[in-house]
Amino acid sequence: MKRNVLVVADLRANQLRNVSFEALGAARIIADGGEVAALLIGHEVSGLAASLGAHGADQVYVADREEFGQYVPDHYAAAVEQAIEAFAPQAVLFAHSAIGRDVAPMVAARHKAGQASDVIHVELVGDDVIFTRPIYAGKAFVKVKIAGDLIVATIRPNNLPAHEETGALGNVTDLPVRLSGDVSTHVRDVLKKAVSGVDLSEAKIIVSGGRGVKSAEGFASLQELAAVLGGAVGASRGACDAGYCDYSMQIGQTGKVVTPDLYIACGISGAIQHLAGMSNSKVIVAINKDPEAPIFKVADYGIVGDLFEVVPALTEEARKLFA
Amino acid sequence: MNIIVCMKQTFDTEARIVLENGAVKEDGVQFIINPYDEYAVEEAIKLKEAEGGVVTVVTVGPARVEEAIRTALAMGADEAIHVEDEAAFGDEVTVSEVLAAVIKDRPYDLIIAGNQAVDDGSGQVAVRVAELLGVPHISTVTKLEINGGEVVAERDAEGDTEIVTAPLPVLVTAQQGLNEPRYPSLIGIRKASKKPIAKVAVAELGLDALAIARRSSVVEIVLPAAKGAGRVLEGDTGARAQALVRELRQTSKVL
Repeated sequence: MKRNVLVVADLRANQLRNVSFEALGAARIIADGGEVAALLIGHEVSGLAASLGAHGADQVYVADREEFGQYVPDHYAAAVEQAIEAFAPQAVLFAHSAIGRDVAPMVAARHKAGQASDVIHVELVGDDVIFTRPIYAGKAFVKVKIAGDLIVATIRPNNLPAHEETGALGNVTDLPVRLSGDVSTHVRDVLKKAVSGVDLSEAKIIVSGGRGVKSAEGFASLQELAAVLGGAVGASRGACDAGYCDYSMQIGQTGKVVTPDLYIACGISGAIQHLAGMSNSKVIVAINKDPEAPIFKVADYGIVGDLFEVVPALTEEARKLFA
Repeated sequence: MNIIVCMKQTFDTEARIVLENGAVKEDGVQFIINPYDEYAVEEAIKLKEAEGGVVTVVTVGPARVEEAIRTALAMGADEAIHVEDEAAFGDEVTVSEVLAAVIKDRPYDLIIAGNQAVDDGSGQVAVRVAELLGVPHISTVTKLEINGGEVVAERDAEGDTEIVTAPLPVLVTAQQGLNEPRYPSLIGIRKASKKPIAKVAVAELGLDALAIARRSSVVEIVLPAAKGAGRVLEGDTGARAQALVRELRQTSKVL
């Protein structure tokens, strides 16, 4: 069954996140021969439209306004509504990011539509779209299908294959968005704490530290290993609570849920809340002094030992590899 | 101030998930207040203690949910509304329609809910309720202040902190870090047994069961593939580091 599918692109610091292309890949499956459109919301972002076209969007709507430089729920929802009006989709996909997970249920509620959140797999079975998503913090997975005129879904980064890049351009259209004057939430200030460098949600390699790292200075050796591997540094809640690092680095049920190719857990015991954020990583390495630590149960490779000896040794070996 | 808390009872976060006839087995599972909703209950009680007012807990679920309601009342909530009706046990569409219908004719200045439940983890219901009621919302809040007729909230946006203001009435969703929920006191537990729990059926809410029927249906629930035992590397530090990097490159192909 042909469907029109709208993808709301996800941005970080005015750059497209890879999950936008992954959502376009999912959209192509759901469209089943129908049209795929992308919506770009932001300020001074129109230059990114071509890249969405190249990654499979037949149509790119650009909602570029000063007001979109900062996320305000009503403003972003209005832009999505405008695109829905213009494109008349049967499905709308968002990233399962801070913005996507906030706007998607607004849109779904307005259309009384069902929504699949945090989707890690999409398939067509006959005319039905089947979404797979984790439940019970990844201790089980549910496959769901959604009835009705509109399907809404949010896509977890790093799980679905990105739409391949082609020479296609996509038809780029400006989308004028009417904003109502009586928006009631106002962002007074933003305290930027998220670390620069590799985006944790989308990193292919993550070196992560827990209480065992013992201090903020202790994270330096993890930073070094991550830098050599071209990865990002994450942390357990314990390490954040202890003040070793900022909460923007937290991985777990509360922080970020990540699915890298390689996750190196250093001095992390492996509490259930932490496992919920990383247990679907492709390959897990655990480095811990305590051979009984639960993290070893999910690890593919374990090293029982002092991380302050093991991590520098790994960094040295990795340097040799990439030399 | 009239504060409404949307609460869900969930499996304990440590619970093992067992499937029986394709469904998640509930027998023998310990139930708790969804941890994010527990922050919502605590915040509501703290605000009531500071500003005066009434805290009403609203929940949807079977008879077992009463235990969670009693806990919230023992913490200090004043009253509860329990929609114990099969017609309300649908998906996020169903539950949000039911909660909004319960709330809409009551006086409220502030609605607080958890930002997600630890069972379904879909994080939709609270935002949907705000939309259905036509009130603004602020998600994943880690700090909340009432300033006259306005809330000032700090919200967690993937690590950045946004300071957001909105006029009352508003719905906010709680993120970890908002507060440390209290344990019910003995006096609290005694008082809770006398606090009112109103039972409400979907038909009384003027909702059409078909119109609020679930949109999403479960095709299958599966458990993650059992992971083979990992390999513990032996030897001195240098040898283990070398072996690991080699394995990651040659066997796992992730380097």
